[in-house]
Amino acid sequence: MDWHAIFSQALQQGLGPVAAVYCLAAIGLNVHFGYTGLLNFGQAGFMAVGGYAVSSFVATWGLSFWLGSLVGLLAAGLLALALGVPTLRLRADYLAIVTIAAAEIIRQTIGSVTLLKYFGGQDGLQGFNDSFANLNPFTGRIGIPGVVSWRPYDFWTLLVCWALCALACLVVWALMRSPWGRVLKGIREDEDAVRSLGKNVYAYKMQSLMIGGLIGGLAGIMSALQHSAINPSFFATDTTFFAYTVLLVGGAARVLGPVAGTIIFWFLISFLDLFFGQATAGTNPLIPDFIMNSNQASLMRFIFMGLALMLLMVYRPQGIFGDRRELALDAR
Amino acid sequence: MPADHQPEHLDSTTASRGTGATAVDPDAGPGATATVDVSAARAALRDVPHQPGAPKPDPIVVVDGIRRTFGGLTAVDVAHVELQRGVITGLIGPNGAGKTTFFNLLTGFDRPDEGEWSFNGKSLKGVPAYRVARRGMVRTFQLTKVLSKLTVIENMRVGATGQKGESLLRAMFAPFWRSQEAGNTARADALLERFLLIGKREDFAGSLSGGQRKLLEMARALMADPELVMLDEPMAGVNPALKQSLLGHVKSLRDEGRSVLFVEHDMDMVRDISDWVIVMAQGQVIAEGPPESVMGDQRVIDAYLGSHHDQDLDPETEERILAEAEAELTRQRGDDDSSSPTGTSFTDPVTTEGEHRA
Repeated sequence: MDWHAIFSQALQQGLGPVAAVYCLAAIGLNVHFGYTGLLNFGQAGFMAVGGYAVSSFVATWGLSFWLGSLVGLLAAGLLALALGVPTLRLRADYLAIVTIAAAEIIRQTIGSVTLLKYFGGQDGLQGFNDSFANLNPFTGRIGIPGVVSWRPYDFWTLLVCWALCALACLVVWALMRSPWGRVLKGIREDEDAVRSLGKNVYAYKMQSLMIGGLIGGLAGIMSALQHSAINPSFFATDTTFFAYTVLLVGGAARVLGPVAGTIIFWFLISFLDLFFGQATAGTNPLIPDFIMNSNQASLMRFIFMGLALMLLMVYRPQGIFGDRRELALDAR
Repeated sequence: MPADHQPEHLDSTTASRGTGATAVDPDAGPGATATVDVSAARAALRDVPHQPGAPKPDPIVVVDGIRRTFGGLTAVDVAHVELQRGVITGLIGPNGAGKTTFFNLLTGFDRPDEGEWSFNGKSLKGVPAYRVARRGMVRTFQLTKVLSKLTVIENMRVGATGQKGESLLRAMFAPFWRSQEAGNTARADALLERFLLIGKREDFAGSLSGGQRKLLEMARALMADPELVMLDEPMAGVNPALKQSLLGHVKSLRDEGRSVLFVEHDMDMVRDISDWVIVMAQGQVIAEGPPESVMGDQRVIDAYLGSHHDQDLDPETEERILAEAEAELTRQRGDDDSSSPTGTSFTDPVTTEGEHRA
């Protein structure tokens, strides 16, 4: 058992670009769910819109990458508007239904044969990230010598992505300490009470949906850049639920919750993967073949992750950063 | 009268703060205090005839032909009613009379099928609830709605209207709203002081008791500096000691120049604090007048209190009523189709009787 390799690679994942992408997605969800109480189950849809806008702009139409990014963000905002207009006046569960359906519709449409020449069908698109990659100042592997290291392009994306996370956290912090953020939290608790105090609840919910959606779109753009490719499977429903897991692990309605959550989530999931991989590998494995073979081992991480999530919900439902007292009030 | 003085015996903390009415904070209602002469407003009511829909000398709210149906059931059907400015108006009626629906209609939380109503002379038809509140008509709820996971002081701050920091663009930059926030906080603290919640300032609102939540809701409504405060069952689920202090607070609202409309079941409270009482039954206004006159009105007694309200039940009568109720229930179980649309068998005989007489 090579513990050093396990820890090093798990850390590489925990701090890596994928974790940073999920951090952004979860920050968006935090604005929706954590602060406003909007159940958005379609964050993957917002990510898809952002990611595909960039990649198709460059790969299909040969336009500027930066213009594509801008359009991607704008499109994610418009998606929020389109989803919000019919649903935000209704009860919260309708938004959940509409968003999960919309995300699936977007994914299926983008992957369809009819639109093959624009979005590349199930194979997706490649070769759209040159403008971004050309800015990469790094060469050779980078990281903490002897502990963890990344390929230069990965390091470049993770750096940019974490910087965006920091920016998003800053914005969320600035907004949520303000009277505007207080109204959002009020809406989460009881929107009729807030309405009775003269606040236009609908407008606030729309603003929240759009801000969270924009951050989701940003996550989609970074996801495409990080893979240097894009295809519909990136934006399946489990993407949304991973982002929710990240948020719940870290603690909803806490500015740094998604950051802590994503590091822990991706560290653990790759740690478990590597551990069971090594434990079942070789001629005389730690876990004998009749208990588990190496094919089964790759699934163990999801079983353990699910178990961990259940235990978390039972023993620490507020997440890592949450306030226990706040959650205890729900018991009333 | 008794309400003003009882707190001193019942609750020493209440007494130490003064009985609400006397400890009016001048900061709490700068808008309302100056404009209305309370005693004049009350005196003006003397000449108002004691009949449903009577015109008032200085109405703050005028309702005309407002109707709301739920399927086949007409919940509210009020031909005409006016609320006098600067007084406490009680709205009473048996369960299912449509009081809360009427409240919801006035405040924009529900839309009527037809009808007109205005506040300060301006029509409120089609005005969304949040705009109604901004115009100075703020309500509370029958089931108290505090923002549980916000602290008491944050609950109060939400109540302030016209906050610069509530617009998205300015929210991110604290200098835009910091001084206004400080002003609101000072006002909130003064109100918390007055409503005896200052000790709970930093606690989560969800950890308050039922009565404290009522107090918080009322104090929060005052943050909006409303002209008309609409209280939906302010005494429901409040213990007797706190009830007395709440009574004082409601009176203090009037004494600082606000108008108050409240829904209540507690007759003692209605008698004690209202200047004028409107009685609803089956969606209609069936009587109006000062509390003494309304309480004596036969229609009201029959509709609202039942014909035996002032007699203690002797064992025979009690048994007879129980037997009747029992029989009614068995009959309804046997024949579901015949069950009346208005609800339980207990209210049925009462309301039908009221309808006949009205």
